[in-house]
Parts: sequence; structure tokens; C-alpha cells
Amino acid sequence: MGFTRKHLIRMRDLSAAEIQEILDTAAACKDIFGREVKKMPTLRGQVMVNLFYEPSTRTRTSFELAAKWLSADVVNIAVASSSVVKGESLTDTAKTLAALGADIVVIRHPSAGAPALLARSIEAAVINAGDGMHEHPTQALLDLFTIQEAKGSVAGLHVVIVGDILHSRVARSNIWGLRAFGARVTVVGPPTLIPPGLEELGVHVTYDIDKVLPEADVVNILRIQRERQHTALIPSLREYTRCFGLTRERLELLKPDALILHPGPANLGVEIVQDAVADPRARIHEQVTNGVAVRMAVLYLVTGGRDDAVAA
Amino acid sequence: MRWLLKGGRVVDPSQGTDMVLDVRVADGRIVELGQELTGDENVIDCRDKLVVPGLIDLRTDLGEPGRETAETIASGTRAAAAGGFTAVCARPGREPAVDDAGWVSFVRQRATADGVVKVYPLAAVTKAYAGNELVEMGELKAAGAVALYDGDRTIARAGVLRRALEYARMFALPVMVHCEDEDLAGRGVMHEGFHSTVNGLAGIPATAEEVIVARDLMLAELTGTHVHIAHVSTAASVALIRAAKARGVRVTADVTPHHLVLTDADVQPDDANWKLRPPLRTASDVEALLEGLRDGTIDCIATDHTPCLEEEKQVEFDQAPFGVIGLETALPLLLTRLVHTGALSLNELIGRMSWHPARVLGLPGGTLAPGAPADVTVIDPDLERVYDPRKGFSHSRNTPLAGWTLRGWPVATMVDGRWVMRNGRVIL
Repeated sequence: MGFTRKHLIRMRDLSAAEIQEILDTAAACKDIFGREVKKMPTLRGQVMVNLFYEPSTRTRTSFELAAKWLSADVVNIAVASSSVVKGESLTDTAKTLAALGADIVVIRHPSAGAPALLARSIEAAVINAGDGMHEHPTQALLDLFTIQEAKGSVAGLHVVIVGDILHSRVARSNIWGLRAFGARVTVVGPPTLIPPGLEELGVHVTYDIDKVLPEADVVNILRIQRERQHTALIPSLREYTRCFGLTRERLELLKPDALILHPGPANLGVEIVQDAVADPRARIHEQVTNGVAVRMAVLYLVTGGRDDAVAA
Repeated sequence: MRWLLKGGRVVDPSQGTDMVLDVRVADGRIVELGQELTGDENVIDCRDKLVVPGLIDLRTDLGEPGRETAETIASGTRAAAAGGFTAVCARPGREPAVDDAGWVSFVRQRATADGVVKVYPLAAVTKAYAGNELVEMGELKAAGAVALYDGDRTIARAGVLRRALEYARMFALPVMVHCEDEDLAGRGVMHEGFHSTVNGLAGIPATAEEVIVARDLMLAELTGTHVHIAHVSTAASVALIRAAKARGVRVTADVTPHHLVLTDADVQPDDANWKLRPPLRTASDVEALLEGLRDGTIDCIATDHTPCLEEEKQVEFDQAPFGVIGLETALPLLLTRLVHTGALSLNELIGRMSWHPARVLGLPGGTLAPGAPADVTVIDPDLERVYDPRKGFSHSRNTPLAGWTLRGWPVATMVDGRWVMRNGRVIL
């Protein structure tokens, strides 16, 4: 097998073969969930640090569980990242973590590029758990895993990503992964929340959700930040829902075998309604489970995958 | 001291000179240029070297007053000498504002005491750079300010800038402007486009510059005052300035070496040494800037030398301050990437770094004409060296060019007939 990366910083770097290797490893990891004793000895004696500069429950917990099931020791560090109360710099923190013997650092940070900066200043493996508007590779991997699990293959599928593309690291990472796998990608959102240059990534941009939903194989609904209406990006959440929300009426437009994804946590009644979350086509809870499997696979692979207990 | 610079290729765009000549220097002035000159002066062998007018930089942050940990007039002027510059204009720093005669005199005194090259102070346009009240321009000029500039801040209120321009006319003080609409620039940290999108960094649209360039050109036209547009970075800005010049507006402009060579595709989001203001733009903007330089729309090249401490730059890209140093790399970078590649002629480059900046602000120098101050730079056009900012003279090392192999370095710099740099060593 070919995965030789020490860090996982961005989907942009990964080839289709590397992504597939992660997903195959994740499938093996997921099999373990069915066992009575879930714990594997793979990362015994290794220390994983969850270094979170932004609040997060599900990603942090997901990494923590993944690490624990691989028998790593986990340390959680939550840093108040207010620029007003600026503490020690990221590079200083890196030195501290190195001195404490961290083997893997999972970092979430409000600034794009922070994981790459950390990776340059530390020996440990660095996994990006979301950096600003840049990337969130494990989210894209779990989305790809979920699609592949349900559909068999990602190639040729039409994947529609709806919402605030401009600020979304989930969208960016998904676009790289989906394009690497040969999916057709359309993004839908208001022009104020669509960044420039997407066409250069082979992505189709539209403002009309009702036109694309009937031809979507997968619809990935992004979370809309409530603050956006105060920064002249959207007039109101109400109008956002009217134009882009996955409402009960729009569920009717979706193909019977379409998949509904949401990275969570959802603003119910804003970008997605309860009925859509409960719809049989939704894989939102499956995504959470798959997230743990994918993160186990990533932890296993970046630490060298020496123990073949998981892949067996 | 009297000197005879023998056998160099003299490139002096002010006189249209480009041939092998000897240069005689005495009493701090150029005496004559000629072939096979002889005399009892000290002879400097300049064969296979270029002998050009000392370079002049329109915007250099020398760190004083206020940022002495990052740069001082002593270190900054040494970096200038090492880079082939014989004169620099001291850009007003952040804090304290150089908005009264006391600070202008301070800069001049420090330059006299510690400086290696000539230092011309720039002073603020508005008090505390706040963009509301005018500075005492008459007093600032009397203290030695050669032009007015509010640091890298745009005067947001058009009415204030209009009055500043009107008032400056009385003293014939050029007003330098930084063109960036704060609201459009927002929290942007790099050029808005494909690369800001994939890097996940907030973008500064080209339009943020262009709307202010358009406004300031109109205010220059309205008031008749000489406006100098600092660090032009976009194709549309070049077009706006070209059109304004064609209808006779008194405007001049400059571009930085980095903006002539690097693009937004080069930006490394994990290295804030790629964070400049204005941001590095696209390849087509670079092409337009070069065209502007060739046709004279852009008058000159200015380094925008902005020293920052290593710890200030070794942080997350969006948290880091803007700016890079450039005094020691400006000439080698442009020789390597523009002249040696044929994108710009040697005459054009030297003119845009000596004669034209002198003319823009009415400074002495920029010429090897007999009688002119003996400010001379000797360049070895084929000397190849890997740039190591740790070996530089600037106190700061914030540059994206560390490790670059550059060909064509200044080897000697003379100010008023005195050598201040020889063979890479700054001497006094």
C-alpha cells in the first residue's frame, strides 16, 4: 500500500489512490465496530493531542474515540483563540507539545494554514481537523466514504453542495476529493457566499436549487452561520431558507435514491428541515459513525500503519 | 578623495549613455566621463562591471522612530548601501506618527549621525494618520520633508484628501497615496481569486485598489497637485493612470520589485513572508505592470522595504503583519528575473531605479552628469549568489526570497564621492 504521508493537511494534495486507501482502511476499521471488544492495540503507547482553537464537540469527540479504539492516549487542549487575549504563539505551542512527547497532533484552528505551519515546526504527525476557510480533510473523507458505501462508486455521480461555500472548509475539501474521484460537482448558494475561481476546479456554480435537485445523486447541505445576515452577505435567514433551504417541498424534487448529507450540527428549519434529516435518503447519522472509522484509518496511516491488525 | 572608475560599462539613462567609459570623481562630485581618462587619482578597476547612478528608493521603512527592534536608521541604511542604493526616502512608521517637524528633524539628525546613505524624510498627510486633520505642511517642509505620505493608509474621506492636495500645492509638496478601499479590502490577506479560494484565505479584490486610484486621479485633476500613487499592483490601475497621464493629470506612480516578479500563485499560506500589501496579484497584472513600466505609465520602482521581526511573521498567515524587506534584493531580483530574461532592458531598469525616482520627488542625484553628486553604484551583472537574509544588513529577515539564486549584485556603492560599500562590505 502506498500511503506514506506523515501529515494530513489538505485534500488538495491527495491522489485518488491515496484517498481510496484511506477509505479502504476505514472500511476495515468500521468492521471493528460490530465486535464486542472494539479496542485495537495499534497505537498503544502513542500520545494524540487534540489541539482545538475553536469549539467543537463532534469532531473532537470523533477523533478522541478513534484514538481510544486504537489504544492511543489522548490529551485534549482547548485554547481560547480570541485575538484580544493572545497567549503563546502556535510555533511556541508546537515546541511545548514536542517537549511533552506528542506523537500525533490533531489541530482545529480559525486561521487557514495553521496546520501546515504547525507541521513545519514539529516532529509529530499533524492532522488538520479544520483550518479557517481552508480545508477539513477528514470531513471530506467521511463524506466520500458515506457516498461510496451507499452508491458503490463516486465516479460520475452528480454531487450538489448547497450553502455558504465562501466560508466553508468542508466544501473546499469535498470539491478536491470529489473531483479526484471523477464526480460532477455543482455548488448552490447566493453569489455573496460563492468564492471566485471555482470553475477552475471544474465546479459548476448555480443559484437555482430547484433546477439542480432533480438531477442530484447526492446533496450535501452546509451549515449557515447565523452571523452572515449581519455582515451584508445575506439579508435574512428567512430569505436564505426560501432560496436555499432543503424544505419539505424540495424533498419531493430529489430522486428516490439520492443521498442527503449534512456535516452538522444542523440549524433545523434554516438550511434543512427536520423532515429531511429524518428522510430515509438522509445519511446524516451514518456520517457521524463513519467519521470515527475514517479518523481511525487516518490515525493508523499517518503513524505508518506498521501494525497490520487493522487492515487484516 | 578623488577616484577614477576605469573601464566599466556606464549605464546612465539620464544622459542616454550606455558605453564603456571612465568616470572621474573629485570632491564628492562627478567631474567627467570619458574614454581612456588618466590622472593621479585612485583607480578602481570596473572592467566587466556596470557603473550606474546610485539607486534611489522612494519608500523605505527605516524603523525609526518607533520600531527600532525591527530596523534602525543605522541598519536600514547599511542594507540600502549593500543593495546599491545611495538615497532612500524614509516612510513614516506606524507609531509614533511622523506628523510634526520634531520627528522629521529627528529622522534627519539620526540619518546624519548613523546613516550610511542619504535619507530624505517623508511626513504624514494628516495628523496621526487619522485622515481627518491636515499636518502643518509648511513647517514639515521647512524641517526637510520631501513629500507627504500617510504610511500605508488610505485617506478614506475624499473631502479631506482634496483639501490636503489643495493645501500641499502651496508648498509644491508631492502627496503620495496608498490606494486601498478599507471596506472592500475587508479582512483580506491576499489577492482575491482562485488562489485565495483554494488557500481559504480572505481575499482583497483588485477593485479595492482601483476604486481609490480612480478617485485619487480625479482629485489630482481637480486640485492640480502632484499625486504619486504608491505600489500600483493591478492591470486596471495601470490603465487608469495611463489614461490620466494622457489627459495631462499631474500623477506619477511606482511599483515594487516583488509585484513585478511574484504572483498570487506563489503565495504559501503557511508562510507569512508571502503577505504583502498590496497583495501579490495575478500573472496578467504582472504583465500589465511591466508594460506600464516600459511605456512610462509607471515612473519608477520603489522597494517598500518593511522590516518585521521573525516572531511577528512566524504566526498564522491572517495574524501576521503585512510587508517584506527588499533593499538588498531589489536590484538582483530584477536583474535576474527581468533584465537577464529580456523582459526589461538594463537601461529601463536603471532609469526606473535612479533618474526617475529622483525626478518624481525632485531629489538630487540619479545621474552621472558632470557636476552631479558622486552617488554611484557598481554592479557585477554576472555575479551569482544564493540570497541568505541572515547574512544581510537589515535587522529583519522577512522575505520570501531566502534561498533564491540571483544573478547580478551590486559590488560597490559610493555616496558623495565616498565608498560606503565595497565587495559586499559596508564601510565608512
